[in-house]
Amino acid sequence: MFSLAHITQIIHDWLYSSFDPTLALIIECAIVILVAIGIFAVLGLVLVLMERKVAAHIQIRLGPNRVGPGGMFQTVADTLKLIMKEGLTPDLADKFLFNLAPFLVMIVAMLLLAPIAFAKGVQIWDINIGVLYISAVSSLSVIGILMAGWASNNKYSLLGAMRSGAQIVSYELSAGFSILTIVVLTGSLRLSDIIASQENGWWIFKGHIPVIIAFILFIIAATAETNRAPFDLAEAESELTAGFHTEYSGMRFALFFLAEYINIFIVCAIGATLFLGGWMPLHIGGWEGFNHLMDYIPSSFWFIGKTFFLIFLIMWFRWTFPRLRVDQLLNLEWKYLLPISLINLLLVTVIAIMGWYF
Amino acid sequence: MYTQTEIIKDTTQLNSNGNEGELVINVGPQHPATHGVLHLVITLNGETIKKIEPHLGYIHRSIEKMCESLTYRQFIYVTSRMDYLSAHINNLACALCVEKGMQIEVPERAQVIRILMSELTRIASHELWVGAMAMDLGAFTPFFYTFREREVINDIMEQTCGARLTMNYMVPGGTMYDLHPDFQNRVKAFIIQFTSKVTELEDLIANNIIFQNRTKGVGVLSAEDAISYGCTGPVARGSGVSCDIRKIQPYSGYEKVSFEEVLEPAGDSYARYLIRIREMYQSISIIEQLIDNIPEGDFQAKTKAVLKLPKGEFYTRVETARGELGVYIVSEGGTTPYRIKFRSPGFSNLSALNHMVKGSKIGDLMATMGTLDLVIPDIDR
Repeated sequence: MFSLAHITQIIHDWLYSSFDPTLALIIECAIVILVAIGIFAVLGLVLVLMERKVAAHIQIRLGPNRVGPGGMFQTVADTLKLIMKEGLTPDLADKFLFNLAPFLVMIVAMLLLAPIAFAKGVQIWDINIGVLYISAVSSLSVIGILMAGWASNNKYSLLGAMRSGAQIVSYELSAGFSILTIVVLTGSLRLSDIIASQENGWWIFKGHIPVIIAFILFIIAATAETNRAPFDLAEAESELTAGFHTEYSGMRFALFFLAEYINIFIVCAIGATLFLGGWMPLHIGGWEGFNHLMDYIPSSFWFIGKTFFLIFLIMWFRWTFPRLRVDQLLNLEWKYLLPISLINLLLVTVIAIMGWYF
Repeated sequence: MYTQTEIIKDTTQLNSNGNEGELVINVGPQHPATHGVLHLVITLNGETIKKIEPHLGYIHRSIEKMCESLTYRQFIYVTSRMDYLSAHINNLACALCVEKGMQIEVPERAQVIRILMSELTRIASHELWVGAMAMDLGAFTPFFYTFREREVINDIMEQTCGARLTMNYMVPGGTMYDLHPDFQNRVKAFIIQFTSKVTELEDLIANNIIFQNRTKGVGVLSAEDAISYGCTGPVARGSGVSCDIRKIQPYSGYEKVSFEEVLEPAGDSYARYLIRIREMYQSISIIEQLIDNIPEGDFQAKTKAVLKLPKGEFYTRVETARGELGVYIVSEGGTTPYRIKFRSPGFSNLSALNHMVKGSKIGDLMATMGTLDLVIPDIDR
């Protein structure tokens, strides 16, 4: 059976047999960095094209169809254009912070790739506090956005950044609580343990209604945290022109853009890992033949399939819903989502203690 | 006109005057939500709007002055460029005013064609508005759905008038050409398409909880305020003010067709949305009444080659998609008007904006400004 884990193991063994351990570790680190940058770039290209195609399908039009077969290389062409554009820095901007912000946002997005299990045994860093690491690092991205908005010395940027700050900080709570429900059920913060616990069924099936509620809350919070419509107030086009990245152009704008899409991928990957079993195939307890058949589909396919299903959901939201107003957005979180997720966490804890899940 | 450096000076002055926390923002002339080149100077306190000051003049082309040097046949074409979304109705208003002065009898057929074209224009304008309004609220998709129907109307216009946007089809005495032979069939096909597809908008926009929350109770304009600001059209009817010129002072044979004047008492953005959707149904019903009953005959009355209005003042008003359009011509008896004044609906509707959104959030400004259905060349002229 095809598995990426064999390939990584072979590379690992070969490195350690032909070099001394320190050098091998350094080479491994370099390979991982290259792979991470590669994933970053490929995901950016694929997701931007996917967004445009999904939007086109919803909006009864064709979407990009000129560059390459079916418009496949449209994003490559766009990226080339953005690289060649002049990166303007406004006169009155805080130059250092203004230039630092896009890199900060991108670095945060790249750091978040580390604990994600892309397939069986393909995980850059299986840290024992994986879930905590993700929630901690993902909240750093707001600093980059605030920095960008403040340093631009533009009123639209400032308003967008302030909105973004209020939004991300609030929605982090319900995202955190919905992640906690799975941690409570699994008893571990390590992502590989969480995936392993779903071997005989994904949590969304095993955990009864509370987990389904947690999943819905997670999707809403994830949409809000990535500043996507209907929660795209930070860059609300019709209100703030482009929000916090109004003044950015060229490649620095592209970094914001890429980071946004990588963030979508990451939240969807986390959602897929926690609620839909990550790379774990669809297993139904007791159906040995069925489970065996499902094992033949490579684990990476399962992971990518689930993640892209969630990404499609989030894109679907964007092209269907109008935007919320800023006070409605905060009302939704503090008056509805947060109490619901607190009560839900309590319910899940009862379920976990009594062992009522399958 | 504000320049970048001036604005920075402005805010520091405000702060030194003790108005701490005030933020002055220029929305426009280039801004995605102003649908054109409207320039609003907004004073904010955080996200809350304290004051809105529209600065006009960015797209002023002195159409009224230009009209004074054009003959009575020529000046009508310029008016297509005012409210370009109801170009037909603008032209009709001018043609009616000239006919009133010359006392030209317009043939039956021309009158019916004029109504048909006006109502098609109204539907096209409202369709575009629905899409643009949804886009102001952050939903992009309805725009494409409404443009699909608007495109059909544009094609019908192109076939008969030869142009899609600035048709210049109405001339003093009737219309410029006869209808295209295929006109009736295409309009009937459009009616079928429209009635089957307009429910999509209801599902996509009106039944959406976010849309309702964004528009209900937002930008409320009471009936008294609507009257005192001189609001007309769907904006005033959304506040329950009956002001449809087609009913009050029928022109061009509107007295012969039966339709309802749509009124909503609420006065908020949602009411104005409902008004426009229901007006499209009314327009469809007018077209349905007339499309099979276009009388035979001339499409244009016999007029002199050179039109000369007698000395005096002439005023007509019509109902465009945006409200009441008045045309005021002062004639000295020559071949060109001595003075022309247009009373445009957008200008008075815009004047109510500050009153409607004061104290609400920036998002509400877009939700309210969208429902005013502003066409900036109509305001500036």
